[in-house]
Amino acid sequence: MSRPELIAPPEIYYGDVEATKYTNNTRIQQIQADMTYRALELLNLPPDEPAFLLDIGCGSGLSGEILDEEGYTWVGVDVAPSMLEVALEREVEGDLFLQDIGQGFGFRPGSFDGAISISVLQWLLNAETSHPTSSPPHRLTRFFTTLHSALRNPSRAILQFYPTSDDQIQLITSIAQKAGFGGGVVVDYPNSKKARKVFLCLFVGGGGSQVPKGLDGEEVEAGEDQAKFESRREKSGKRGKDGKRKSIKDRDWILRKKELYRQRGKESIPRDSKYTGRKRKTVF
Amino acid sequence: MVRLITHNLLACHAKNCTSNNFPLQFKDIEIELREAEFNPDFIRGFLPKLEWKALIDAAKQLGDTSLPSEQPEMIDDEFLKNLHHVLLEIHIEEGAMICPNCQHVYPISNGIPNMLLAEHEIG
Ligand SMILES: C[S@@+](CC[C@H](N)C(=O)[O-])C[C@H]1O[C@@H](n2cnc3c(N)ncnc32)[C@H](O)[C@@H]1O
Ligand SMILES: [Zn+2]
Repeated sequence: MSRPELIAPPEIYYGDVEATKYTNNTRIQQIQADMTYRALELLNLPPDEPAFLLDIGCGSGLSGEILDEEGYTWVGVDVAPSMLEVALEREVEGDLFLQDIGQGFGFRPGSFDGAISISVLQWLLNAETSHPTSSPPHRLTRFFTTLHSALRNPSRAILQFYPTSDDQIQLITSIAQKAGFGGGVVVDYPNSKKARKVFLCLFVGGGGSQVPKGLDGEEVEAGEDQAKFESRREKSGKRGKDGKRKSIKDRDWILRKKELYRQRGKESIPRDSKYTGRKRKTVF
Repeated sequence: MVRLITHNLLACHAKNCTSNNFPLQFKDIEIELREAEFNPDFIRGFLPKLEWKALIDAAKQLGDTSLPSEQPEMIDDEFLKNLHHVLLEIHIEEGAMICPNCQHVYPISNGIPNMLLAEHEIG
């Protein structure tokens, strides 16, 4: 896979053409959807309770749409106006903000019950300018510090991203830790070149929770520092319950929602098909 | 699509702007009303997160006076419905939000606030 983050700054790479191409690509839709469901699983929110979530780098709303389906209220931030415009066209429900996450957030302490970020963090590893405030470590520090304070205690942030090296994982986890987060990295399908996915699982408070296991049996890919980072929590006993959220919205709910969209004049609602409301394949 | 639910959580994040930076003041606002699904549990759960006075002031500015000036002790359905409307059904489409402290202007266009800071404002 080519690395978009090496080509141009995000707001330029995701211009009008690319934003549309990205969003309409069914393969991308599927991959982003799968990772969003997995992120929600790792987020481990109390089942059947409403929650207020932050979607970091929400883009055109491929991840946010699933938050809608799942009945969450959410806020999305992204630095690419064209992506946000597509999100508006798709009538996602979340409040959208044009924001560079490397500049930090202004949300009041404890605003969110959790945060997800799908395929975004690798962008912060590349400096856009040579100005000192935009060095990656500085931007990451600002990002994690203000994210930590915007989350309530206890809660989690799950950030799937595409690192190019273990050094990058080290850098990110150590900055997150300095910002006050507990947690670590979960690697799904570590031995598959194609299916391998890296999730940074960050905890605010709630010292009892353990870093969840990666899929495929293999647990966490830990570098030295990281191992330290995690062993601290292994000692602390109590296991985070793998409470599966069962309320994947039923067909009725989706149909109602589609009807609502149609009434509002949204055109691109897929026709109801036999697949409508089918449970997507679960990853566990 | 900024609504009062997020406006109520939003402080200025410009460099060194750490006090008196909430709530952001509306200017030249255009709003649109859109129905949202009523979820009483969500609204009830959200109550502790709200800065009540800021919410009441903002709602007033947008022409809604359905909420009491003090958060009531008895939470009934009518109250929750009014709060639901104020938090989730009033969309601010155009205008700006201004920091009461540093005066930074966050413009809102097409329902999307621009939170980007200039280089010298980045913390
Ligand atoms: C691969 S897309 C993922 C979008 C969405 N999460 C999804 O799953 O479809 C990456 C997104 O990250 C956004 N992004 C990159 N750097 C960012 C930054 N510094 N601040 C905010 N968003 C950023 C890009 O604009 C783009 O929309
Ligand atoms: Zn300010």
